[in-house]
Amino acid sequence: MKHTLSVLVENKPGVLTRVAGLFARRGFNIESLAVGQSEDPRLSRITITIDGAERPIDQVMKQLHKLINVVKIRNLQPSGMVAEELMLVKVNAEGEKRAEVLQVAEVFKAKIVDVDRRTVVLRVVGSTQKLEAFLELLKPLGVLEIVRTGIIAIARGKG
Amino acid sequence: MTPQSKMKGSEAIVRALQDEGCDVIFGYPGGVVIPFYDALLDSSLRHILVRHEQGAAHAADGYARATGKVGVCIATSGPGATNLVTGIANAYLDSVPIVALTGQVKSDLIGTDAFQEADTTGITLPIVKHSYLLQDAAELPRVIHEAFHIAGTGRPGPVLIDIPVTTSLAEVSYKRVETLDLPGYRPTTRGHVKQIRAAARAINDAERPVLYVGGGVISAGAAPELLELAELRRIPVTTTLMGLGAFPETHELSLGMLGMHGTVTANYAVHECDLLIAVGARFDDRVTGKLSAFAPKAKVIHIDIDPAEIGKNVPPLIPIVGDAKHVLAALVKELQGLEWTPERTSAWLAKLKGWQDEYPLHYEDPADGTLAPQYVVEEIDRVTRHEAVVVSDVGQHQMWATQYYTFTFPRQWVSSGGLGTMGFGLPASIGAKIGRPDATVVDISGDGGFQMTVQELATAVNYDIPVVVAILDNSYLGMVRQWQDLFWNKRYSQTHFERQPDFKMLAEAYGAVGMRVTEKDEVADALREAIACGRPAVIDFKVAAEENVYPMVPAGTSITEMIGGVAPRRRKKS
Repeated sequence: MKHTLSVLVENKPGVLTRVAGLFARRGFNIESLAVGQSEDPRLSRITITIDGAERPIDQVMKQLHKLINVVKIRNLQPSGMVAEELMLVKVNAEGEKRAEVLQVAEVFKAKIVDVDRRTVVLRVVGSTQKLEAFLELLKPLGVLEIVRTGIIAIARGKG
Repeated sequence: MTPQSKMKGSEAIVRALQDEGCDVIFGYPGGVVIPFYDALLDSSLRHILVRHEQGAAHAADGYARATGKVGVCIATSGPGATNLVTGIANAYLDSVPIVALTGQVKSDLIGTDAFQEADTTGITLPIVKHSYLLQDAAELPRVIHEAFHIAGTGRPGPVLIDIPVTTSLAEVSYKRVETLDLPGYRPTTRGHVKQIRAAARAINDAERPVLYVGGGVISAGAAPELLELAELRRIPVTTTLMGLGAFPETHELSLGMLGMHGTVTANYAVHECDLLIAVGARFDDRVTGKLSAFAPKAKVIHIDIDPAEIGKNVPPLIPIVGDAKHVLAALVKELQGLEWTPERTSAWLAKLKGWQDEYPLHYEDPADGTLAPQYVVEEIDRVTRHEAVVVSDVGQHQMWATQYYTFTFPRQWVSSGGLGTMGFGLPASIGAKIGRPDATVVDISGDGGFQMTVQELATAVNYDIPVVVAILDNSYLGMVRQWQDLFWNKRYSQTHFERQPDFKMLAEAYGAVGMRVTEKDEVADALREAIACGRPAVIDFKVAAEENVYPMVPAGTSITEMIGGVAPRRRKKS
């Protein structure tokens, strides 16, 4: 089972190391991690997705709480959150392939952010599933490079 | 309020330490901490110059355990800091409040593999409650104030402050800090009212309750509340190694220690109880044995200040997050309003008494005429009338100390529990004696562990710190040998010290009093003499070479499956 944790931390040096190190020590593998400033400039928000199939998630959440710089943790439920990530993909776009690439991009509302004679860089935003589906279609055309931000997630409504 | 004044960073460190109530610091100088040591000369802060940085960390730890105050140690960058690491880990595993200061290379050299540079905050990350790399001198007063607060509150633990020499040399305006801004650190001290009420009802209804008490009760200063609760509902008490002293072992409700080398009665009691009240304890594997067979008939109440301990190993029916002192007092108050008669638990107490009579701790005098190590501990107990501060190293002698010394008050027992650090005893006893100069401090050690930090004898002699070191000398790494004996077909690989130094002469070479005891009737006199001489003293007790610690629960089995504990004998713990 995949978990998405939203962790509010003090914006201080070394905090990310403490958080990431704790997951490793407690036997969790981080699948994606995104960090940036929150609505309060003194605080940063980290979105972490982990595969918690083998160990109970509450123990690692409690351990996380013990870090002095961690202010708040939320275990976001799939039904109660919006989760998206951004991906840049560089694809082969030589000759007649170019038209096909542009067509796929159109369907997925991907934006063309760079073009040269042989390649196109596309930017797509959405759920992990959407990004995976997009990649599936591009693969036969020749994907040269992929960069992903990792998931960022937010709770729905006021909750 | 202290007015704001300009000074060097190093002077501000000394000032801040004193403002936090620190009166002694254990340390060892080096290049990047020279500014600190220079500032020290102009202050009244007492410094104990150890002979190895590990000794400084253990001494600060021993001081903290014996007094309840925050212990402080300092070392230079690189090797100085890495030598502290074992001591910091030791304090972390046993939740001991220490503040470790380390020097660091100049700010602009960090990350360049400079001379004596080590990534100290990185190396210690998993073994500290919190740490700081103090790059900005303006932060210095706040950081030191926070460090003491974090180390000493909630679940205590070590805090490290890594200080680049540039910070020590910078000019700072020092003003005593008295406020805190730690939005992520708010330990829960007051237990949940509803949970306390539920726990009180469960205690009131229990017919076979047991209090299982750990070091948290000592940290919280909750021994008086524990005694009140135990007596109010006549609940028997067993303690962990860390909890020894939280409940007087002279009390009729005391069952002694539980776990791998616990008493038969304590382990049977936990197995048979219908209610297990865990207070400031963490269901460690050395206590529980096979987890699925631990307290199989019991409802569990778990009281701990650290929410992460609750449900980590055993899911409790009634969890209570809070400070043991507050929660136990609240429980007593709640129980006073409930009806109860002593008949409810009288059959249970009679059963426990029966086990105690049937299965006392026992040993036999060695056939070869050497001393029984257990006898030496019994004599230490008799001579010091259960009143010494007892420090131990790690191994068989440590377990015999838990079994044959009668602990009667909190902070009487200073021992490395979680990490099991050989070499802890001697430096920790120096720290303990400095913290408790009025008390007789006896370090019960082994011939292995003693040699790991033997150089601290020089420290004890240097500062006239009259600790008594009792070496239970069997020329073996006894506990490992015991495992090899019981589980590895007596294949004693690398556990026999074929040639040991003459510990009497070694002690004398350091300027301490050295003695050697081989006869039973000399044991008490030697102890009395060592205590009376008022100098650091080492007694080399030549004990039976291949004595084992019993009872013993083999690792990973149920705590009722004890080896060597169930042959009834008449000898009893006095």
